[in-house]
Amino acid sequence: MSILKHRETLLVAVIAAMLALIASRFPGFVTPGNLAAVFTDTAPLMILALGQMAVILTRCIDLSVAANLALTGMAVALLNTVAPGLPVVLTIALAIGMGALMGAINGLLVWKLDIPSIVVTLGTMTIFRGIIFLISDGQWVNAHEMSANFTGFPRIEILGLPVLAWIAIIAIAAMGLVMSRTVLGRSIFAAGSNPHAAAYTGIDVGRTQFAAFVISGALAGLTGYLWIARYAVAYVDIAGGFELDVVAACVIGGISIAGGVGTVAGAVLGALFLGVIKNALPVVDISPFWQLAISGAAILIAVAFNARAGRSKGRVILKSAEHAA
Amino acid sequence: MAEASPEPVLELSGIVKTFPGTRALDGVRLELYPGEVTALIGENGAGKSTIVKCLTGIYQPDEGEIRLDGTALRFPTPQAAAAAGVTAIHQETVLFDDLTVAENIFLGHAPRTRFGLIDKGEMRRKAAAILKGIGAEIDPDVLLKDLGIASKHLVAISRALSIDARVVIMDEPTAALSHKEIEELYELVDELKRQGKAILFISHKFDEIFRISDRYTVFRDGQFVGAGRMAETTEADLVRMMVGRSVEQIYPKRAPRIGGEVLRVAGYSHPTEFEDIGFSLRQGEILGFYGLVGAGRSEFMQALIGLTKPSKGVVKMGDKVLAIRSPAEAIEAGIVYVPEDRGKQGAITQLPIFQNVTLPSLAQTSRNGFLRMAEEFKLARDYTQRLDLRAASLDTPVGALSGGNQQKVVIAKWLATKPKVIILDEPTKGIDIGSKAAVHDFMSELAGEGLSVIMVSSEIPEILGMSDRVIVMREGRIAAELEGDALTPETLVRHAAGISAAEAA
Amino acid sequence: MSLADPDMVPAPRQIPDRLASPAAKLLKSWESLLLLVAVAVFILNSFASPYFLDAWSLSDATFNFTEKAMIAFAMALLIIAGEIDLSVASIIALCSTAMGVVMQMGGGTGALVFTGLAVGLSCGAFNGLLVTRLGLPSIVVTIGTMSLFRGISYIVLGDGAFRGYPEGFAWFGQGYVFWVITVEMVIFTLLAIVFGVVLHKTNFGRQVYAIGNNSTAALFSGIRVQRVKMILFLLTGLMSGLAAVCLTSRLGSTRPSIASGMELEVVTMVVLGGVSILGGSGSIPGVVIAAILMGLVTFGLGLLNVPGIVMSIFIGLMLIGVIAVPRLFKMARGK
Repeated sequence: MSILKHRETLLVAVIAAMLALIASRFPGFVTPGNLAAVFTDTAPLMILALGQMAVILTRCIDLSVAANLALTGMAVALLNTVAPGLPVVLTIALAIGMGALMGAINGLLVWKLDIPSIVVTLGTMTIFRGIIFLISDGQWVNAHEMSANFTGFPRIEILGLPVLAWIAIIAIAAMGLVMSRTVLGRSIFAAGSNPHAAAYTGIDVGRTQFAAFVISGALAGLTGYLWIARYAVAYVDIAGGFELDVVAACVIGGISIAGGVGTVAGAVLGALFLGVIKNALPVVDISPFWQLAISGAAILIAVAFNARAGRSKGRVILKSAEHAA
Repeated sequence: MAEASPEPVLELSGIVKTFPGTRALDGVRLELYPGEVTALIGENGAGKSTIVKCLTGIYQPDEGEIRLDGTALRFPTPQAAAAAGVTAIHQETVLFDDLTVAENIFLGHAPRTRFGLIDKGEMRRKAAAILKGIGAEIDPDVLLKDLGIASKHLVAISRALSIDARVVIMDEPTAALSHKEIEELYELVDELKRQGKAILFISHKFDEIFRISDRYTVFRDGQFVGAGRMAETTEADLVRMMVGRSVEQIYPKRAPRIGGEVLRVAGYSHPTEFEDIGFSLRQGEILGFYGLVGAGRSEFMQALIGLTKPSKGVVKMGDKVLAIRSPAEAIEAGIVYVPEDRGKQGAITQLPIFQNVTLPSLAQTSRNGFLRMAEEFKLARDYTQRLDLRAASLDTPVGALSGGNQQKVVIAKWLATKPKVIILDEPTKGIDIGSKAAVHDFMSELAGEGLSVIMVSSEIPEILGMSDRVIVMREGRIAAELEGDALTPETLVRHAAGISAAEAA
Repeated sequence: MSLADPDMVPAPRQIPDRLASPAAKLLKSWESLLLLVAVAVFILNSFASPYFLDAWSLSDATFNFTEKAMIAFAMALLIIAGEIDLSVASIIALCSTAMGVVMQMGGGTGALVFTGLAVGLSCGAFNGLLVTRLGLPSIVVTIGTMSLFRGISYIVLGDGAFRGYPEGFAWFGQGYVFWVITVEMVIFTLLAIVFGVVLHKTNFGRQVYAIGNNSTAALFSGIRVQRVKMILFLLTGLMSGLAAVCLTSRLGSTRPSIASGMELEVVTMVVLGGVSILGGSGSIPGVVIAAILMGLVTFGLGLLNVPGIVMSIFIGLMLIGVIAVPRLFKMARGK
């Protein structure tokens, strides 16, 4: 308990220290308005990290989230060009449903055919990308082809925050509730912590993994719409390689790739850590080309740190050593 | 001792369960009575685990009937079994390290709020109440991984109580517990009996069985052999039923020819695991290492072969001082360690028999780093034949063999390196009586040929039956070195548990 | 010692070495099935396009797989040993960038090749040390170095590129040894033989299988597990460096996005070749056939003017299909 709590507190401290450092020279960065902008900018990463967290907790990995996002985004963008009058709520429901369906495909392959998730999602990742090309014919969907309410919805401000940020907050709250207070959430932890024991307890590990993939897919679908609407453009390679940022956010947030260990707060903080760096680089006048290397280094430091914290101390048999240790 | 036999709570009859190639259960029956402990006795492979799995909804029996209070029913899932009030505390603690104690107790049947969410407050309160009820001082909010093994057992028992079980299955619950903890468990079992629960108790330890059981049922090779009241039987009777022959012939008679000193260890210490271990081993000797589980015997042996680093100490082989830093160096020096856990540490179950046997001896069978299959098959054939291995062919995966034959492969594997000293860690744990005898015969044969054997064992009959000399370890230190007349079950237990002679008398 | 002399003891009974002959096993193997598919694709291709059955176009087709296969051989060993390296494409980017820097400092062909191989080896060492010394999971480590290595390329190059490699350097990726036989084809063939022998005919190869199936038991058996894994990471890095030399030579330029996504194709190649992603089993002949098969499919679709991104659908389907189809059959039969 203490270690877990400790890990999240540490991440908060690191992010705070980073902000303080930036603020010492660029006070404009830490104004409430700008921090809100950073939060909003990081919203897609946070939402995806929540889904990825669920998947990683069950000892799987979902590398297809960015491709899922891109395919869903392209699909709703194309739909918007054909039916610009469609209510945004319906578009969002469609995006979530489509994403969930793709997640379900991953989940079924893992659950029913017992194929390792890394193989499944590597495969579906390339397939989803290919399908975008097929449905779009390789063409871009540009801002002027999208309807105003389609692109405008994520930017509507409520209580000073855009809808995009609110959706992230709702997603965080919902996942928090699911993970801590529902049977599914407990099953996800149990299935990853000790699959063998989970089976004895009557938890179907495969089905739990399936559910995690559906969650991850649904959130990716939701992000698909938000992403396309926010940037007002859709093309084949959109969010290319973003799955790595998502995995990075989880790893930095202390979610163990071995399953069973991790928290919603960790995933969110991991995403925010990357988000702050990304937004701070242009401010402190470092080329954005540094971002990739920095996030790579952050992953390595985080995983090394987590391993150190989680290392078992070995048995203490000697009475004298018991008190010393 | 009233003879008024109540109706059984749970009644199994004609249970058949087959797996490809084996008939694990062949029409067995079993009855459990309220407020009584029934011991299920049998060798490994007799079908004890299978019947537990049928009772808890993990397996579905092919034939037969399960009756609860006289009504026939089926357990298609573990939840169905739990809902009917049947629960098991398993051999391996099947709990979740990363969940809290309260969550472990209530996983799958947590109290809910009006909105269908898990009611954490209520869950914590109930968990605390149950833990208090069994006298366990455990905080329901701590993570399970922060608890010791004994406390984990208490959590497992609390879980059984939380589903208001009528039938509690305890599958080797004392395997990893200390004496004190075992006593506490006995008290808990008495409490469960008072509450009128029917208990199925599975154990290999006869003292335990006689201490707490009211009835017994014996299985052998998947078949029902007999059942009755403990008061009306003896240990010898039970063993006869269990093995189908008398116990006396199990240990080979041998006349040891002990030579000069082969290995000397002095002042061997580790910061947390063991301290000041010193002994001498002579040629052709079988040196037993006895102690309770967790006394530091395996830890010391593994340090000796370079798996963990000791802080100080001297190992001498003849006049040569050894500094062993890895198992590879130990093998080169002529010391091999046959680990306790066959499946995880001993054999590579997916690889064929011959490749397992030659793995530590590849330098012997290869030329310039290139494999020579013919040499490998020859080496494997030679050593597996000596151990009377039963297998279809030498390229059968080890995983396809029975436990006893797997152990033969594992022993053959380390013998093929032609060691001077062989350390056998629980060499007969979990294998059938037939293979056990083969391993014992072979051990005495090896010693007769001049190999020095260190045998780590927790079974008193095995220690007494096989060893020339015994070192008893307790809490990471050597408690006693026993030989000749001093070597009795009483002295072993006394030194292992740390009871002084006066106290014991 | 008499113990060492088992011939002294009468043999109780003889266990046969093998039940099925190696030839019978071969017929039922994954590799045979794969070969069959490759032949089928070859025949389909020759029907699909009149240009296919031409020595020069076939020679061109080999570029679709030779560079990836170089890495795939080392990756196969690494995956069999239970680890993975997802950073290989990023290693190529870093190697290529380093070569570009050396080229700008006036380095000749020899210096370029040395730089490529040395940087590759160093990257492998970095991954290997993190995995074997700190005991970190290789999948996370190499997802991290995947960003780090390519990130360094971006820092150096930004949105620029290195061009103007010396003429002699072009030999590796554009040269021919004899008639239509490319330099890369020769390197591929030699490496296939070397890796095949190492994995299947040496103690080292046996140890790789042992570690992948059960690293604890391998350690107890006296195998220096961490050392073997370290060697495999070094090999994978070195092979990525070699691939970087060939690819840079063939393209004649370096951009930070070079070889992006190639790690997926390499892993696909290895898994398609029958190597279990969970470790412990697989063969080099399987990887060789898988490499050729993937080359044929890519080339065939290219002849039909199918765009590259759509080809990736086929690659993805193949990756999942090769594992899913046998399991589906087994499930159907199980009923």
